[in-house]
Amino acid sequence: MLYIKDRPGEDVVVRGARVLDPVEGIDAVLDVRIDAGTIAAIGERLDTNEHRVVDGTGLVLAPAFVDPHVHLRTPGREDEETIASGTQAAAAGGFCAILAMPNTEPVVDSAATLGALVEAAGRDAEVALGFLAAITRGQRGDELTEMAELADAGAVAFSDDGVPVASAGMMRRALQYSSITGRKLALHCEERSLSHDGHVHEGAVAAELGFTGYPSVAESVMVERDLALAAYEGQPIHLLHLSSVESVAALRRARDAGASASGEVTPHHLVLTDEAVRSLDPNVKMNPPLRAEQDRLALLAALKDGTIECIATDHAPHALHEKDVPFEAAPFGVTGLETAFSILYTRLVQPGLLPLATLLERMSAGPARVFGLDRPRVAVGAAANIVLLDLERKWDVDAHGFRSLSRNSWLLGERLGGAVTMTIAGGAVAFEA
Amino acid sequence: MTSIRLVRDDLRPPGPPPRRHLLSVSDLTRDDVERLLGTARTFGVALDREVKKLPTLKGRLVVNLFYESSTRTSSSFELAAKRLSADTLTIKSAGSSVDKGESLKDTAQTLGAYDPDVIVIRHPQIGAPQLVARVTDAHVVNAGDGKHQHPTQALLDLYTIQQEFDRLEGLHVAVVGDVLHSRVARSLLQAFALVGVRCTLVGPPALLPRGLDAETTTDIGVIRDADVVYVLRMQQERMEAGANFVPSLREYAARWGVTPDRLRPGQKVMHPGPMNRGVEIDPRVADSVDALVETQVRSGLVIRMAVLYDVLTGGPVGVRALAAAEVA
Repeated sequence: MLYIKDRPGEDVVVRGARVLDPVEGIDAVLDVRIDAGTIAAIGERLDTNEHRVVDGTGLVLAPAFVDPHVHLRTPGREDEETIASGTQAAAAGGFCAILAMPNTEPVVDSAATLGALVEAAGRDAEVALGFLAAITRGQRGDELTEMAELADAGAVAFSDDGVPVASAGMMRRALQYSSITGRKLALHCEERSLSHDGHVHEGAVAAELGFTGYPSVAESVMVERDLALAAYEGQPIHLLHLSSVESVAALRRARDAGASASGEVTPHHLVLTDEAVRSLDPNVKMNPPLRAEQDRLALLAALKDGTIECIATDHAPHALHEKDVPFEAAPFGVTGLETAFSILYTRLVQPGLLPLATLLERMSAGPARVFGLDRPRVAVGAAANIVLLDLERKWDVDAHGFRSLSRNSWLLGERLGGAVTMTIAGGAVAFEA
Repeated sequence: MTSIRLVRDDLRPPGPPPRRHLLSVSDLTRDDVERLLGTARTFGVALDREVKKLPTLKGRLVVNLFYESSTRTSSSFELAAKRLSADTLTIKSAGSSVDKGESLKDTAQTLGAYDPDVIVIRHPQIGAPQLVARVTDAHVVNAGDGKHQHPTQALLDLYTIQQEFDRLEGLHVAVVGDVLHSRVARSLLQAFALVGVRCTLVGPPALLPRGLDAETTTDIGVIRDADVVYVLRMQQERMEAGANFVPSLREYAARWGVTPDRLRPGQKVMHPGPMNRGVEIDPRVADSVDALVETQVRSGLVIRMAVLYDVLTGGPVGVRALAAAEVA
């Protein structure tokens, strides 16, 4: 289900890094030896076997990250991102695997379109790349895609991300039919008759600035609907980019009742609130919108206690000219692959709001588990999917430093702590600072 | 992005002064408002003379960039600039390269190449003046951006009320109607808070924005207690069909229309125009001697003169402004 460009596994020894794999239960200063792309030994004072030696002193070696929600804009908008640039950006952010959303031009709703992407990924992807296919043809919400064929062609899951499946009846049919594929539905929850024309969370900031409000309840009524339908059909679902306290409460209730439901949260929803919109900077415009402080705190609490199992960047590249317009005219979405770890480390781990081990788990094992992918792990016999992190290093987010073809980051000009210094994906070095 | 605030001369740090804009009432202090009202009063005196033109801004270029239809705001900015002897250039989106799909950024930069001192912009989208301020070197004055702000309207309304009552502090204004879609209401609310005017927002439930930090009610009866009733225009062009903010204009007029029997005798009424007679305002109210609508238009001219003067000069207040003008 994941595709990466063919290259030989490398021979590397990382010396003296703090090896931190929360799922394997390792936290110790050790050497890690990789033979032809596979972790061959973990221990003290390992033989280098004439491998390339990387000095890990002062660095953290952890399972590399998995991003379950990325927009690669290919096919159709290769000026904004390509498979090559997007996976290079992912590698620079410490990711060894990412999943691309199907809301491209054309939409990934046929085996032919998906097949071309799979082929391109095998040629260009620097990190493992998987594809979601659409739930409905053209994401129009009125006809199911040929899910069985799409699953055979490599679809990891199904999503109409970008738009909701508006009809409850269509959602039910999608839940029923997708069950034969063993693939999950990943749902963008938005009741359009409540959110319509909304650019900013409905609250004090929108009221003061004059924006049409996009209320939390536009998300949570759809979350409640989809949880109810999934429970009725006995199917698992994944809830994309949750943003509100009500949605978190609904997910928690469903999980407590035994539902197989998971959720994800973005770095921007964990760090920012709608107060950021006062700047009228188009790079804080996204869907769902930034919400209130109580929503942010509820998301953080849910991430900590595991109600929300994974962090997703919702990396959404846009051409410069598309964002260089008045806030109201700008498209939704911000980039995030290259800053996700650093911003969360800086704003959540360093102030003591989130343990480092939890952040690492939610950025790697969590999303892998949700989508049934092999979990990146630091263990003998596992493929080398590891990231080296320099927690002491500070770096400045600069528009010209991105591997992504787009630069619509909400972090331009920020100084972040915690830097990715090396990413090994699928046994080969994919990024080196 | 931080917007540059108008600051008092004595508070300004040494070095080149920051470029002064008027983007939002929220950027102003009470001192700024009082200085602007004072400057406007001075210009008001000058306009009573036989020769109404002042040489104050001679050689300066004021560009008016209007992406929305407007009669009073565009004419008043243009006349304000002319009364101060500035050169003016008025661009309306219809018939310009905007029609050919040119982006706001490119239009602003094109006009910016003429080195205008001030760009006055009206635009249907929130954040347009901020974009123009970002991509040009001009002082930018917001003449209305979407549902966000219309700061010169709020200032001219303060000026009008002050002329009428000889004070602002302690007065009570009821703002009635479509608050949700009204940049005027948002700007007024902030301006009233700055100068100590109590403000009550009155309107149908769906047209009162949720979360707004203000006194709000759906009860039209409260307007009788106010010193001034400020009637907002029903913005039919911003209300898509089927949105059902109110069931019908007929029901709105019956329930929230400002009629003579809802007012105390002598109660002052204001309206930013253009009026929908028979909808939000009864024609008898609109034509009564207590309606200050024409005074508002006259106030608009002197306020816009004051704003242009202020952003360009940093504004010594009151008499000194006129003295400086006469010397020039």
